[in-house]
Amino acid sequence: MAYGPKIIDHYENPRNVGTFGTQSEIKQRKDLGVGLVGAPECGDVMQLQIKVNPKTNLIEDAKFKCFGCGSAIASSSLATEWLKGKTLDEGAAIRNTQIVEELSLPPVKIHCSVLAEDAIKAAINDYKQKNGMPVEEEHHAELH
Amino acid sequence: MALKLPIYMDHAATTPTDARVVEAMLPYFTERFGNPGSRNHSFGWDAENAVDAAREQVATLIGANEKEIVFTSGSTESNNLAIKGAAEMYEKAPAGRTGRGHIITAQHEHKAVLDPCKRLAKDGFDVTFLEPPRDGVIRSEQVKAAMREDTILVSIMWANNEIGTINEVPEIGALCHERGIIFHTDATQWVGKMPTNVERDNIDLLSLSGHKIYGPKGVGALFVRRRKPRVRLVAAIDGGGQERGMRSGTLNVPGIVGLGKACEIAMREMERDGERLLRLRRKLEQSITSQLDTCQVNGHAERRLPQIANISFGFVEGESLMMACKEIAVSSGSACTSASLEPSYVLKSLGIGDDLAHSSLRFSLGRWTTEEQVDYAIQKVVGAVKKLRELSPLYDMHREGIDLSKIEWAGH
Repeated sequence: MAYGPKIIDHYENPRNVGTFGTQSEIKQRKDLGVGLVGAPECGDVMQLQIKVNPKTNLIEDAKFKCFGCGSAIASSSLATEWLKGKTLDEGAAIRNTQIVEELSLPPVKIHCSVLAEDAIKAAINDYKQKNGMPVEEEHHAELH
Repeated sequence: MALKLPIYMDHAATTPTDARVVEAMLPYFTERFGNPGSRNHSFGWDAENAVDAAREQVATLIGANEKEIVFTSGSTESNNLAIKGAAEMYEKAPAGRTGRGHIITAQHEHKAVLDPCKRLAKDGFDVTFLEPPRDGVIRSEQVKAAMREDTILVSIMWANNEIGTINEVPEIGALCHERGIIFHTDATQWVGKMPTNVERDNIDLLSLSGHKIYGPKGVGALFVRRRKPRVRLVAAIDGGGQERGMRSGTLNVPGIVGLGKACEIAMREMERDGERLLRLRRKLEQSITSQLDTCQVNGHAERRLPQIANISFGFVEGESLMMACKEIAVSSGSACTSASLEPSYVLKSLGIGDDLAHSSLRFSLGRWTTEEQVDYAIQKVVGAVKKLRELSPLYDMHREGIDLSKIEWAGH
C-alpha cells in the first residue's frame, strides 16, 4: 500500500499512545471515558481514552491504542491530537470525512476513519454515562 | 561491508535470474535467433539443438526422459494443461453432461490448481477439495479415503508455496498407480530445491517453473509420462503442433535455454544450497520465536522445505507489520493476495484463526541470502512486533488476563 506522508508520519511517530490504567482501574474513574471499537477478526481494534475536566467539560488529555493497519493507527493517533483541548460537544462533532481529508486516506481505507469517529463517540458517551449526563442518540458513521 | 537495503526474502514469489543463466540465454536473442520449427536451414537446426539440450537438462533434473518434457509459459499454464487436458482426455461422459468423472485436490493448493478444478466442477466434473490437517501435510490415507470408482485425476502439490510443507507425494503417486488414476503434482516450489525422480516418486504429470529456480520468467515445463502409463492430454492451445501437439506456438528459445541452464545449475548446487538455507531458516525461526511470546511457525515442524518459513504473530496486524519491517521484502500471505486485505486462505484452511492468519509473514530464502541478512531480519521483525504490541490494545488485554474471545466486539 502506497501511503501519503501524513499517514507515514503518524504511523512512525504515533501521538499519545497509551492508557490511563488497566481496564478495571479505568472503569472506576469517573473522569475518564473509554471507547473500544472494531473486532480482531476484522483486523482493526481501536481503544480511545479521554480525560475530562468535570468543571469545564474540556477534554484535557487523550490516549489511544490500536491494533490495525497503518491507516487505522494514523486515524486514531490524529483523533487524540484533535480531541485534546476540545469540549465534549466539539469532540462529538468530529466527522470521519475530516480525518479522510487530513490524512489523504485511500478509498479502501475509509473504514479506518469511520472506526476512529465511532471510537470518539463511544469514549464521549462512556464519560457521559458514568457522570449521569444525557447521552445523545447514538450516531453511527456511515461509509461514503 | 554495509548491508544493502532492502533485503529480498521473497524467493518463493520469484528469484533473480542467475548470471550464468542470463549469459547462456543472450546469444539466442541475437545471432542464434532461429525458429526450431524451421527444418530446412541451419538457423532452425541450431535453435532446435539448443532446445533439445535444454529438454535434456530439464529431464535430468527430474529423472525423466527428454521426450516427456513439454515446454510452457510457466507453472500456471502447466497446471492448466495437466488438469484440464487430463480431465477432458479421461472423462467418463462427454461435455454438456454431468458425472464426467471425479477429481481430488486440496484446499491449500495454489490458485493455478484450484481455479482450473473449479472450472471443471462447473463443466460437469465432481471435485473433492481435501481439507488439510493443522500441520498442512496431505497424507496418502486422506487421499485414499476420498477415492471413488469414478476418480480419474488426483492433483496434489509437492510443497506448499506459503508454508513450505511437503505432502506425501510418492505415496499418493503409488496409490494412484495401483488404481489407474492419473496423478499430477504442482512441483513449482519443490523442483530444483529437493531431489526429484518421477520414476521413483510415481508421478504422471509434473509442473515446474523457470523463475522459481533462478531461471527467467515466462517459461516452465510440464512432465508428461510416456510409459506405464502413457499419459495423453487434450491440448489447450491449438496451432502449429509444436511439443508433440500438446502445446502449439513457436518455442521461446532464449527462455527454454535459460530454464535448461537453471536446471543444470540446480542439479549441481541444490544439495549445498539446501543445507545452508535450512540452517539459516532454523536460525530465523528459533531466534524470532525465542524472543517473542504468542507467535508460531506454521506448518509441520519437520516436513518443510529448507527455504520457507511462515510465522504468525498474535496481537499485531499484518499490514502494519509489513510497514514496520519495510526494509525486508517478505510476503504476507501469498504474493498473489498481497493486494487484497483478505487473510491467507492457505492459513485459514489449516484452521488458523483470522487473528493469526491476518498477521503472518512468509520468509523465503534464496541462493544469495546471507547470514548477515538473516540476522538483520530477525532484529527488525522482533523490533517491529514489540513496537506494534506497545500500540496494541489486544496485547494489553492479553497481559491483563482478559479472554479476547469472550468480549462482545462491535465489528463492522
